[in-house]
Amino acid sequence: MSKRELRNLAGKSLVGILCAITAGMLIVFLYGIFSRGIGVLSWEFISQPPRSGMTEGGIFPAIVGTFWLTLLSIAIALPMGILCAIYLYSYGRPLWFVKLVKLAINTLVGIPSIIYGLFGMAVFVNMLSLDVSLISGALTLAILALPLIINAAEEALQGVPKDFTEASIALGAPISKTILRVVLPTAMPNILTGTIISIGRVAGETAPIMFTAATFYSRRLPSSLSHEVMALPYHIFALMTEGSKGSLQAPIAYGSAVVLLLMVLGVSSIAIIIRYRFRRNKQW
Amino acid sequence: MVKAHICTNNLNLWFGDNHVLYDVSMCVFENRITAMIGPSGCGKSSLLRCFNRMNDLIPSARIQGSILLDEEDIYHPKARVTDIRTRVGMVFQKPNPFPKSIFNNVAFGLKIQGKHSKSEIMDRVEKSLKDAWLWDEVKDRLHSSAMSLSGGQQQRLCIARALANGPRVLLLDEPTSALDPQSTAKIEELCLDLKSKVSILIVTHNIAQAGRISDYTAFMYLGELVEFGESSQVFTVPKDSRTEDYLTGVFG
Ligand SMILES: Nc1ncnc2c1ncn2[C@@H]1O[C@H](COP(=O)(O)OP(=O)(O)OP(=O)(O)O)[C@@H](O)[C@H]1O
Ligand SMILES: [Mg+2]
Repeated sequence: MSKRELRNLAGKSLVGILCAITAGMLIVFLYGIFSRGIGVLSWEFISQPPRSGMTEGGIFPAIVGTFWLTLLSIAIALPMGILCAIYLYSYGRPLWFVKLVKLAINTLVGIPSIIYGLFGMAVFVNMLSLDVSLISGALTLAILALPLIINAAEEALQGVPKDFTEASIALGAPISKTILRVVLPTAMPNILTGTIISIGRVAGETAPIMFTAATFYSRRLPSSLSHEVMALPYHIFALMTEGSKGSLQAPIAYGSAVVLLLMVLGVSSIAIIIRYRFRRNKQW
Repeated sequence: MVKAHICTNNLNLWFGDNHVLYDVSMCVFENRITAMIGPSGCGKSSLLRCFNRMNDLIPSARIQGSILLDEEDIYHPKARVTDIRTRVGMVFQKPNPFPKSIFNNVAFGLKIQGKHSKSEIMDRVEKSLKDAWLWDEVKDRLHSSAMSLSGGQQQRLCIARALANGPRVLLLDEPTSALDPQSTAKIEELCLDLKSKVSILIVTHNIAQAGRISDYTAFMYLGELVEFGESSQVFTVPKDSRTEDYLTGVFG
């Protein structure tokens, strides 16, 4: 074996080992969560409110709360994100301003989520007097999701082949109609998959909702935007850090974690399916 | 006497500091096919894209001189560029139908204009597809994706899409260079058929193709229009030695 072949082999096996370690960690991680949480899963667990000081019953209000928080925040962030991405994509914007906006977006992506929580509390809860509520939490999560969605949407818009824009403009379409009727529809599947991925991020965040929306215990389901809500990630956090019956609370925390994981994985697989179907149809 | 349909007058074009076209003066004649030939990078596409102001999209592009379409200066400050582009259609080298249905591809220009009724659009789509020799192949699947067509069909769809706007001039930038010989032959015949309806300016690397279909030929070299005249004359007794060298394959 030559020196070069040897180096090749060493490189390949190193990469292989690193991949195996990564995959192994994922398996250990999933096993750790599932083995501890799967035992408490039952129909009752996902359909009933908690009982007996959080040691019995289910987590239904937390599931519903997370569902609404996520849905509302995406419903706020998606249209704003798409509009912002279209702005950045269009020609003829002052370059310094576009650069500034992009810098701001990328800075926002890197900010720890607890800061979003503090910001949400200062602005939505206190300044706008929205109190600790579903809407305060959804707005805070929307701000967290916004830069992710803008980036995903802009990337998707940039990914539309120039051939299409040129064809549209050569047919007499102004830039605005070219974007609305050709670029945006073509980019939409990719924008949606990008959005769904940020749904996973939003659904799992604890810090942004801790001060803005979440409550440890509520028997009723949220029926208005101004209600406090239970939420899965916060529920897990609270079960592990508060209350006096730690050993009885822990299995429920792991059970909630399994439910949260399954919800996020479910949503991600929708993204994978959309992407797969789209890839199959597109031929450029 | 044939009528000049669109003419350039001492046209100069720059991309930034790069002077790409030097004093080009030529015409596309009504109901005639004009072929533009010349080595790679000599400015054929750039010139073609002056005729429908596609170079407007390139911020560094700067143009001097005038282009008259039916006696009207298309670079006049008051000229409506979208209007010009519906009167001067363009077909690109690589077939580029939109990822929409066949019908919606052809109807696109009309829908953008927004002043046509549904039945009018339907009629125009049918007529354009017939004019582009595609109707019989697609009439049963107008609402399936344009991406499911073959390359040659896609290119004829792009021609139909351009024709739907009712253009007076059709610009074709190497429309057959991505196609197989059969599809190429079909598009060549189609061009000969179309010239009764529109004036055609076609860029081609295929000298034989220019000879087969064109009435006039323009030879470009390094941004200059070296020779322009009736094809029969350009191909047999070129005035410039560079034209002769190109036609005989001395340089590519
Ligand atoms: N968008 C652009 N920006 C800057 N320069 C450009 C641009 N497009 C073309 N050019 C330059 O203009 C010159 C002419 O290019 P053009 O594409 O018109 O040549 P062509 O004759 O069509 O070549 P080909 O036969 O390879 O298509 C080249 O020097 C090219 O580098
Ligand atoms: Mg070219």
